[in-house]
Amino acid sequence: MLKRLTSLAATLIVATGTAYAAPVDGGRADVVIQPEPPSLMLGLVQNGPTQMVAGNIYESLLRYDEDLEPMPQLAKSWEISDDGLTYTFHLYDNVKWHDGEPFSSADVVFSADVFLRKTHARLRTSLEHVESITAPDANTVVFKLKEPFGPFIGIFEGGTMPIVPKHIYEGTDYKTNPANNHPIGTGPFKFVEWVKGSHILLKKNEDYYIKGLPHLDEIYWHIIPDAASRAVAYETGVVDILPGGSVENFDVSRLANLDNSCITDKGWEFIGPLSWLWLNNREGPTADVRFRQAVMYAMDREFAKNALWNGLGAVAQSPVSSSTRFYTNDVTHYDYNPEKAKELLKEMGYDGTPVRLLPLPYGETWQRWAEAIKQNLEEVGINVEMVATDVAGWNQKISEWDYDLAFTYLYQYGDPALGVARTYISSNIAKGSPWNNVEGYKNPKIDEIFEKAAVAVTKEERQKLYTEAQQILTKDVPVAWLLELGFPTIYRCNVKDLVTTAIGVNDGFRDAYIEK
Amino acid sequence: MRDFWKRFKRNRGAVAGLAILVLVILIAILAPLLFPQSPWKMVQRPFLPPLTMEALPLGTDALGRNVLSGLAYGAQVSLLIGLVSTVVSLLIGIPIGALAGYFGGIVDDALMRFTEFFQTVPNFALAIVLVAIFEPSVQSIIGAIAIVSWPPVARLVRGEVLSLRSREYVEAAILSGQKNSTIIWRQILPNTLSPIIVLASLMVATAILLESSLSFLGLGDPNLMSWGYMIGAARTVIRQAWWLSFFPGFAILVTVLALNLIGEGLNDALNPRLSRKGK
Repeated sequence: MLKRLTSLAATLIVATGTAYAAPVDGGRADVVIQPEPPSLMLGLVQNGPTQMVAGNIYESLLRYDEDLEPMPQLAKSWEISDDGLTYTFHLYDNVKWHDGEPFSSADVVFSADVFLRKTHARLRTSLEHVESITAPDANTVVFKLKEPFGPFIGIFEGGTMPIVPKHIYEGTDYKTNPANNHPIGTGPFKFVEWVKGSHILLKKNEDYYIKGLPHLDEIYWHIIPDAASRAVAYETGVVDILPGGSVENFDVSRLANLDNSCITDKGWEFIGPLSWLWLNNREGPTADVRFRQAVMYAMDREFAKNALWNGLGAVAQSPVSSSTRFYTNDVTHYDYNPEKAKELLKEMGYDGTPVRLLPLPYGETWQRWAEAIKQNLEEVGINVEMVATDVAGWNQKISEWDYDLAFTYLYQYGDPALGVARTYISSNIAKGSPWNNVEGYKNPKIDEIFEKAAVAVTKEERQKLYTEAQQILTKDVPVAWLLELGFPTIYRCNVKDLVTTAIGVNDGFRDAYIEK
Repeated sequence: MRDFWKRFKRNRGAVAGLAILVLVILIAILAPLLFPQSPWKMVQRPFLPPLTMEALPLGTDALGRNVLSGLAYGAQVSLLIGLVSTVVSLLIGIPIGALAGYFGGIVDDALMRFTEFFQTVPNFALAIVLVAIFEPSVQSIIGAIAIVSWPPVARLVRGEVLSLRSREYVEAAILSGQKNSTIIWRQILPNTLSPIIVLASLMVATAILLESSLSFLGLGDPNLMSWGYMIGAARTVIRQAWWLSFFPGFAILVTVLALNLIGEGLNDALNPRLSRKGK
């Protein structure tokens, strides 16, 4: 295993080197999509598989590189006023929708101000800071804010603000519009057909506004429901690209070690999936901060990373993922230390009250992980009872706060104000959702810091506030952070420039090409 | 009793089966002594093949847990669930069968239609539904297995009771004014014992298989290391670690085979005339 892991790491390094040859046009990319998306209308549905396919059909104003710095997409340039209140975008002027209609700033205003406000909850929250969205001319859009909002430049990503065609949707019922079955975007690929349970076919947009792009003729998304069959499909050459999460982790090293097989864990920086254990702060042993710290010390997270995640990803040091802006390493660290955990339990006088552990019902890796954590905790003297559950039961138990410890992972969307604050601020405590402040952590100081940091103007000021928040949180341990998940994308090495942005495969096919 | 053992001994397969079963029972009882550490403990690096380390003759699984220790503790779970669920289904099946056979008429009709209702639903599907509804735990698994396995018992007992019902000694008991319950309990049931014992030994085997299948599908008690769980967990890694599914599979095969051989032997021993006829 160790040997295999090292060679895996070696391929990783090779894979991250950029291509030097000139791109080649033509060819078809055969990709796995898992699970089958419920819809391809990105303005209405934003779950993982929808973003992955439709991110090549729809576009937003910007893309983001690995450090989450904005790059041009529909906007070729942009300016932010010194007071942080006015964002001006200059759009490409030769953009056409897939049905031939011209694209203009009116589409952007319609999408952001009308359509998405209605359909996109996550964006709606960010748009609360916006006073007006206007289009002074056909190629300019101006966002005026009520107050400075630090993460604002980060919301122009495809899955967050997909631009939809005004001429098709204006004045219609968005949910029942027939165009939802044949998505029309501005992206590098056009929708051709979707045979449910079989495949989704996209073809090259010949009129794409950036000359010479895309390189590929077609993208063929294979829908294969069984994980083992997906692995076999890659081995036998039916598919050439396995996006993150499409095969079981146990198959990753074997597939990555095949001939002409490359692997990368990049392309998830924007989403920044961070896993943790919810700890019920309200009642039971988990209400005691010493117990929660003991849990952190008791877990061998490095082992879980190597045994279950192929050594990909990283042990989480803070509530902010290291790929997210404003991460700091200057926090309380919890290395594997069972002795320390035992001491803390003794100090609090833990009496052996059993705690319930709820695994995440997302397959074998998560089940094994729960077993490993249970064993870790039992070795320091915590009595753990594992509760079996399915996805619906898991959602319900978490939403109703009926658990002691529970696995989860959430996305960070590049900025603590978007993806971190929601887990820890007390105004976000409400039954009924498994994604809010489920653990019931209340700290007025933390509330105040997150509130201030969201609207602070300068980067330095925000960094200072978020550093403080991370220091407080790592001391209080409201939840037990596990790993920054590394979802590997496995692909044939002759597929080049596939993962070049912070959302990876989701918008990567624009630049990808297949070397002959 | 000595006669019984003599006849049982004549069936060599049955003796072998008994030997294997005794061994499995011993391993189950002695598991905590043989392996003081929990079978869930991660003791070595993951995916250690068999025979590479003396202390771990069967290697380790995906989390570096001792496969041999898992097998020993798995024997406990399989035997416990097999025995208890069989006892529970006997407790359901025998009274229903006895009442139906003894009273006949409308009672028989009602009870048999009820039994058939359970027989028409596929066993395994019903067990899955029951376990899924009540959340997987030892109790719910035992309950589910018992609920799907009692109908054959009821039908067997009913048939036996029907034939015994018309015997003279039963009629004599009725005439002597004994209560119905006494007649069933004292006169009839003791004479149905031998087929029930044979059936029960086979039911334990079926129950072990059912529990393994449930665990394989991830519907086992998540706090218990069982053979079915071990195979289910090994399924995804079968290409790189054959031993993880092979050994627990072998354990299930051997145990179930042993129980079937014993059932055969019991049948020979308890119905001597029946068995001789066939040979």
